[in-house]
Amino acid sequence: MFPPEFEYLRAENLEQALNWLRENDGAKVLAGGHSLIPILKMRLAEPSVLIDIRRIPELKGISEEGDRIRIGALATYSEIAASPLLRENCAVLAEAAARIADPQVRNMGTIGGNLAHADPGSDLPAVAVALEAEIELTANGRKRDVAAGEFFIDLMTTEMQAGEILTSIRFNKLVAGTGSCYLKLEHPASGYAVCGAAAIVQLDAAGNCSRLRLAFNGVAAVPFLAEAVSRALEGSSLRDQDIDAALGDRLEIPDPMGDSFASGEYRLHLARVYARRALRQARDRAR
Amino acid sequence: MAAKLFGSSIRRKEDPSLITGKGKYTDDFKLARMAYASMARSPYGHARIKGIDVERAAKLPGVLGVYTAKDVRKSKSPGVVPVGWLLPDIKTPPHPILAHDRVRYVGDAVAVVVAEDRYIARDAVDLIDVDYEPVSAVVDPARAVEDGAPQLHDEAEKNIAFDWEIGDRAAVEAAFDSARHKARIQLRNNRLIPNAIEPRSALADFDDSTGQLTLRMTSQNPHIHRLLMSLASLGLPEHKIHVIAPEVGGGFGSKIHHYPDEAIAAWCSMQLKRPVKWTATRSEANLTDAHGRDHVTTAEMALDADGKILGLRVKTYAAMGAYLSTFAPAIPTYLYGTLLSGQYTIPAIHCNVIGVFTNTAPVDAYRGAGRPEATYVVERLMDQAARETGLDPAEIRRRNFVPPDAFPFQTQVALQYDSGNYQGALARAQELVGYDQLREEQRRRVENGEPPLGIGLSTYIEACGLAPSAVVGTLGAQAGQWESGEIRVHPTGSVTVYTGSSAHGQGHETTFSQIVADRLGVGVDQVEVIHGDTDKVPFGWGTYGSRSAAVGGSALAVSAEKIIEKGRKIAAHVLEAAEEDVEFEAGKFFVRGVPSKAQAIQEIALQAYLAHNLPPGIEPGLAATTFYDPANFTFPFGTHIAVVEVEPETGSIRILRYLAVDDVGNVINPMIVDGQLHGGIAQGLGQALWEEAVYDENGQLMTGELLDYALPRAHMLGNFELDRTVTPCPHNPLGVKGVGEAGAIASPAAMVNAVMDALAPYGIAHIDMPLTPEKVWRAIHQKGRS
Amino acid sequence: MQDVRMRVNGTEHLRKVPPRMLLVHFLREELDLTGTNVGCETSLCGACTVLLDGMAVKSCTLLAVQVHECEVTTIEGLAEDGRMHPLQKGFWEEHGLQCGYCTPGMILAAHDLLSRNATPDESEIRSALKGNLCRCTGYQNIVKAVQHAAGMGREQTGKGGADGR
Repeated sequence: MFPPEFEYLRAENLEQALNWLRENDGAKVLAGGHSLIPILKMRLAEPSVLIDIRRIPELKGISEEGDRIRIGALATYSEIAASPLLRENCAVLAEAAARIADPQVRNMGTIGGNLAHADPGSDLPAVAVALEAEIELTANGRKRDVAAGEFFIDLMTTEMQAGEILTSIRFNKLVAGTGSCYLKLEHPASGYAVCGAAAIVQLDAAGNCSRLRLAFNGVAAVPFLAEAVSRALEGSSLRDQDIDAALGDRLEIPDPMGDSFASGEYRLHLARVYARRALRQARDRAR
Repeated sequence: MAAKLFGSSIRRKEDPSLITGKGKYTDDFKLARMAYASMARSPYGHARIKGIDVERAAKLPGVLGVYTAKDVRKSKSPGVVPVGWLLPDIKTPPHPILAHDRVRYVGDAVAVVVAEDRYIARDAVDLIDVDYEPVSAVVDPARAVEDGAPQLHDEAEKNIAFDWEIGDRAAVEAAFDSARHKARIQLRNNRLIPNAIEPRSALADFDDSTGQLTLRMTSQNPHIHRLLMSLASLGLPEHKIHVIAPEVGGGFGSKIHHYPDEAIAAWCSMQLKRPVKWTATRSEANLTDAHGRDHVTTAEMALDADGKILGLRVKTYAAMGAYLSTFAPAIPTYLYGTLLSGQYTIPAIHCNVIGVFTNTAPVDAYRGAGRPEATYVVERLMDQAARETGLDPAEIRRRNFVPPDAFPFQTQVALQYDSGNYQGALARAQELVGYDQLREEQRRRVENGEPPLGIGLSTYIEACGLAPSAVVGTLGAQAGQWESGEIRVHPTGSVTVYTGSSAHGQGHETTFSQIVADRLGVGVDQVEVIHGDTDKVPFGWGTYGSRSAAVGGSALAVSAEKIIEKGRKIAAHVLEAAEEDVEFEAGKFFVRGVPSKAQAIQEIALQAYLAHNLPPGIEPGLAATTFYDPANFTFPFGTHIAVVEVEPETGSIRILRYLAVDDVGNVINPMIVDGQLHGGIAQGLGQALWEEAVYDENGQLMTGELLDYALPRAHMLGNFELDRTVTPCPHNPLGVKGVGEAGAIASPAAMVNAVMDALAPYGIAHIDMPLTPEKVWRAIHQKGRS
Repeated sequence: MQDVRMRVNGTEHLRKVPPRMLLVHFLREELDLTGTNVGCETSLCGACTVLLDGMAVKSCTLLAVQVHECEVTTIEGLAEDGRMHPLQKGFWEEHGLQCGYCTPGMILAAHDLLSRNATPDESEIRSALKGNLCRCTGYQNIVKAVQHAAGMGREQTGKGGADGR
């Protein structure tokens, strides 16, 4: 309940934050704090310095960049859930953000913090992967984009290097004829996803599936993109039985996680059930 | 003012301060020079302590003191927490407030730091170096009695604290020999963590100049805490301890018990001669609050060809945890074995309970305390028996109910039920829920292959207001079970009421005002209720076991009668009438037949205090105190019906309806009674569907945080449909029974019966609580495979 | 120590605090606003809910220094000129509290809901309160209290279903 001592620095701009980050070994970046502060209260981490980036203007906002959408790292779950731009062009992300935890947490928690924390039960990672989003990492003097699919390395572990701050996430708008959906079985205590399925389905003029992305939270240590399912269903007319067959034959998630609430076997089963429901709903929305 | 207050849903007097943030809970108090205590706790389920090095902690700036068991032993304080209920041959190993040579559960306190602020106190705990030698642990009560199981206490062979039985073993054997049908069930009653939202807290202020200790604490029974602090923990004389329970943020049993931590805070204040505050964090509370339930049970029922019960046999291993908590031995014995007759005429019952030490938090009373466990056994067996006999669950219950004309009814397990109409509540509930239509809908769904519907009944009995004291004493209680109630009518006619009951959310200030205002004929706003303060209130036993209205309320009703009788004497004198001709109604004393010849109670009160014109032999003043010792328990009852839908694909359960018809006797404030039922039902559904304290084999609590321990939240529940029948209690002056625990007693069985009813087509008879989706899915899945 | 300046219930406060001090401790111990309660340490009980620039947040999961130059409303600041807020009245009228410990947080979470949605239905209310635990009421009268405040009255509550998920 009582965090250990640390030094606190409030950054006014990105450059200042990056400088401080470079100068202070053992510093951690504080955004909404809804992943970091609980960890400090449990004394699972004892950073010497916290660099508060929450007021940095460049990290805020949700905007269009042509066919792409850019979400600043500091966009809160509430802002994402309520964003008309996202609801219109990327419903799955707004839907997932609206299902995170509870209103108070959504008012503070940020997309940047969420992705950087890389909790396997979190709702946004699989959506980022399904969107094939690019995650922008900025360090002092350099900037790089990492594909969401390559960003998550292991439980609570990402591609981010020391000195880097996650500054934004960008992805293509979902084009006309695309439907998307996020569904989850929520842990009754924590609210985390026991299994979350993010589905994006694009139909061509004839109603056939031209593109399909399906990714899961909660089942494995990192978000799992079901590429074999995409291959099986792209080009199909995406009838219910097509979906069932593809999920039956082509969905294999290695190393499922298990705990006392839900075993790995059960999570794998849930993945099929929730994938089927999310794909059907995404398909119906695409029509 | 003449409006009947008893029975009306008046708004609570407690609320204005609570909804504006002005109500003060223990942690809200701040005293000059106040320091903060933080405990170093065992991270092991079972270990020897080889040494404790506090030096680094003691040197941290801001730290005022670091203490271990050695320091407690050097002091004059006895330094233990005692057990307050003894059974024949019970083993009562000592429970020191700080562990000295051995820790027996994760959370056992080994040292305490007192510092200038909470953050520093917490920092210093990390600097305490304890050299532990872990040893094997045992957490399952049925396994703890096996040969070779790790031993917790030298005094308790095979970890057995007690081996208790009730009923007639031979008669039960005979019943089973002649049975046509038998129903059998093996079950676990899942271990629960009370989770009052306010964590436990104590603020101790020892004044060495007077030798007086003022202790604000989260207590359901301040006098019990004062008594045990004095006798067993601190060694201060009882009159030098002042215990105050300010606003208390829920208890559900967890704030009845006398724990080490509050005693440690007080002991530290005595050492430092400064106020010391200790407040549990949620994880500390969940590690150390006495848990509830944790039974492993085998139960069998013998029935004849018509589905009439012939006999019941129950064997239970009840976890006690690492030490015997305050009232722990009573819970799985006299509050469990005695309830096993349920609402039924059962000619032969035998119950054997083994109380077992385990490397877990102690187990004690938690909302319902023994009665939910008994109800669960009986009501699950009734549904099994319905399956065995092919009778509808409602029908088999009806065939076995104690008939309305059989009261008072003596069960085979010691209790004498005072009154009841079990058929009435069941019939009403069936009618309200549309039982026959639901059965029809259930059949239709099975035929159409739709998600199965389940209808679960729980026709429960509750026993509240444990009594009378003399009987309770013969059963082993080291406590009385009466209650005090004092009424002081002031010279202006306004009233202050002092009750030994100690509310923590139940609304005593409102309902007790209603009782007194109603009897004395004054406005409810003319009555102030004082509770939770040992310096203000006469000795009382507190609030638990749904006893406050039946026992504490009755004490006030009797005191009110005493006031009226004294007032009548004064009024007769003033009105120059014979005492027997003076009537009292709606706050006025008047001469029968001459209503204009009257004196209001306010006028009489003034006369009583002025004492200028009192009748001979009457003392001045208008006050009365009663120590009310009831003749018997009271026995609320009812029928709860849960209606659920199960999604076979995921094992998820959807609650479609939850309907309860309860009979809690006369109702003082219907709004408050309904609120108690809502909360109790929600807690019981929590047990049935979500909650479980899970320890791993080493004694680590795997669900100690709210991240893992699932409490019901608003979006997980719907609205409950409530209705009542009223069968007044015949032996107390209010005719009230009690309502605090009924919901939590009835609802786990109703919910599990509903889910098992839905799963009957799959051939599934039982799944242990909580009914998590995976367990339900797995049961369906495995039946599908076999 | 770090300077922190914030407006709490309309009053400006300037204090020097250790950076690690949680907002809830700042409110309770520096400002003596003890209406905001602490019920857990994992941001799951909601007893510590306050409004930060009008939005409900959990004050146990914020550092006081993060709130520098912000506006905070606690339960003590909800009544205006001694007149209870409609939510406070609703909780009183509908028996939306028993022990009262969760109530300040519950009221402020409901405040956030009503500021976004003036006429929520039952399921919207239940979802909006999912971050606030109450162990006493079973939530039924809390829902009614919020409906009361929203001017919806008693008649709106009927029997309802719920997800056991």
